[in-house]
Amino acid sequence: MNEFCSYCGKPTAEGDHSACEKRLSFIDPPRYCSSCARRMVVQVTPDGWTARCSRHGEITSAR
Amino acid sequence: MTAAPEQIDVLDAAREQVLERGIGLDEQQVLQVLELPDERIPELLALAHEVRERWCGPEVEVEGIVSLKTGGCPEDCHFCSQSGQFPSPVRSAWLDIPGLVRAARQTRDTGATEFCIVAAVRGPDKRLLSQVRDGIKAIREDGNDIQIACSLGMLTQEQVDELVAMGCHRYNHNLETARSHFPNVVTTHSWEERWDTLRMVREAGMEVCCGGIIGMGETLAQRAEFAVQLASLQPDEVPLNFLIPNPGTPYENYPVVEGAEALRTVGAFRLALPRTILRFAGGRELTFGDLGAKQGMLGGINAIIVGNYLTNLGRPAQQDLDMLEELSMPIKALSQTL
Ligand code: SF4
Ligand SMILES: [Zn+2]
Ligand SMILES: [Zn+2]
Repeated sequence: MNEFCSYCGKPTAEGDHSACEKRLSFIDPPRYCSSCARRMVVQVTPDGWTARCSRHGEITSAR
Repeated sequence: MTAAPEQIDVLDAAREQVLERGIGLDEQQVLQVLELPDERIPELLALAHEVRERWCGPEVEVEGIVSLKTGGCPEDCHFCSQSGQFPSPVRSAWLDIPGLVRAARQTRDTGATEFCIVAAVRGPDKRLLSQVRDGIKAIREDGNDIQIACSLGMLTQEQVDELVAMGCHRYNHNLETARSHFPNVVTTHSWEERWDTLRMVREAGMEVCCGGIIGMGETLAQRAEFAVQLASLQPDEVPLNFLIPNPGTPYENYPVVEGAEALRTVGAFRLALPRTILRFAGGRELTFGDLGAKQGMLGGINAIIVGNYLTNLGRPAQQDLDMLEELSMPIKALSQTL
């Protein structure tokens, strides 16, 4: 469940996030946890990224 | 009565001066190139490509970069999502040594000859330098012979010497923009302080990598000014970035540099810097899309960063490697760099 936009951190049910989705689709890793909107600790590496929420744990790129 | 001096077309002048003699354009000439109408862009890029082939050869230098220390920087570079002075969503993070070794291996596996270790700092402290030293050692112990570059901010002479001793062969430190525009972009340190570091790096025998970002509110005249200031430094490499307006930074709402303007800039920089490794760095995905990247490679660029950047993502490395193959551009081999 994506309650929050992982680009801007605002609730996905409010406002327009199409520009956020576009950035996430090719140039940005997620910055906010989609479950709680906490800012995540993100490490970008040459072939991927990891993003860690202090409450909800780590997610990584599929690449 | 004297006749008005005949106006020599800037690309004709460049053909003779830059292509034939290898002398970069001066500031006025670079500005004229930046002001060329859209319909002359193909002609400009074709010439810039000839210049690159003539003075640099057909090889493309491929590099990967990684952020060893992300975010929380005390400086206020207005474009930067890693400054601790702006409400950017980027949080501080340190990459551990195994992570660094993996990143270097991923980079080497693409055929890249350069791996740049970057930290978001004003300048390195003891902890950071010892992390870099351990990191380089671990990369070598992994059997990875890739050339290692560093970008760790402003340096003291002692730190310059330490980096040389560690085997760092090239140092990146960007002047970012024209000297006259710099105070609008950064207030916590000066262009001259950056210049000092670059001078020490050069004198210590490391290769100098110095570029900047296009699209930070500079005028075309300041873009020309920047090109010739870079040329006067005679850098081994110039990484050309296009602004990625990142959330929370003072430049978050700046427009993305439009494709035609970016291509004119690529061509103009090549004509100002005939012998330099001119690298496509951050922002090309946003500015150009896939088509523009190819045009840039055929318009004076002879180096790319593959894979992701520091906080932003790039195209998958394979996509760029496929592009180079399609363009029949050989990747520079490690043996050619030694
Ligand atoms: S010194 Fe580097 S990391 Fe720090 S704010 Fe400036 S560009 Fe960003
Ligand atoms: Zn959003
Ligand atoms: Zn969370």
